[in-house]
Amino acid sequence: MRILVQESPFDFAAEAEAFAKGRADLGAVVTFTGQVRDSGGLARMEIEHYPGMTEKALRGIAEEARSRWSLGEVLVIHRHGRLLPGERIMMVATAARHRRDAFEAAEFLMDYLKSRAPFWKKEHFAEGAAWVEAKDEDEDALTRW
Amino acid sequence: MDVLYFAWLRERIGAPKDRIETEAATVNELVEELRAREERYALAFADLSALRVALDQELADFDAPLAGVREVAFFPPMTGG
Repeated sequence: MRILVQESPFDFAAEAEAFAKGRADLGAVVTFTGQVRDSGGLARMEIEHYPGMTEKALRGIAEEARSRWSLGEVLVIHRHGRLLPGERIMMVATAARHRRDAFEAAEFLMDYLKSRAPFWKKEHFAEGAAWVEAKDEDEDALTRW
Repeated sequence: MDVLYFAWLRERIGAPKDRIETEAATVNELVEELRAREERYALAFADLSALRVALDQELADFDAPLAGVREVAFFPPMTGG
């Protein structure tokens, strides 16, 4: 299990290349990455987090995924600080014997990262800034697990 | 105990953290004490349905007991991912 919380960019290609490399027992690898979306006029995004709790929460979510699905490897990387539109915010990767476990666990990780990991996004525009509000559907997404 | 604030709550209060001596038995009692401090706290804690709380870095409920807790954090719903 590899959990990284960092301000600096991460090398998606290198992480994906190294993840579960050579593991003949793991037939399925899923990677997901999230990027800063600009729905119009976004200058930058600031991501605040709760140092200490963030790492614990991510580890807890990843451990929960391992207890629910048969996973060989799990990777979670999440950035904080200042990001520009199009920059990669985070990635998750899961590796399992079969693809169903890998896909479902990756979706589970994403759903929980959205509303159970202590990050807060603030969008900055030319004319001001606004905190991104949590969506009801993000909370609802947890009920399916 | 240390009381931490994040995101818009931190901005409204104007500080990331307070060190507080309190006899509050629950999070709700602590919130009442904070509201009574100053107008900016009363405004920041006006609507608890818009806030979440963590005790020693674990999510908790507002009726949770504070016995033995060293760090309380208040923040809006999280927006990770």
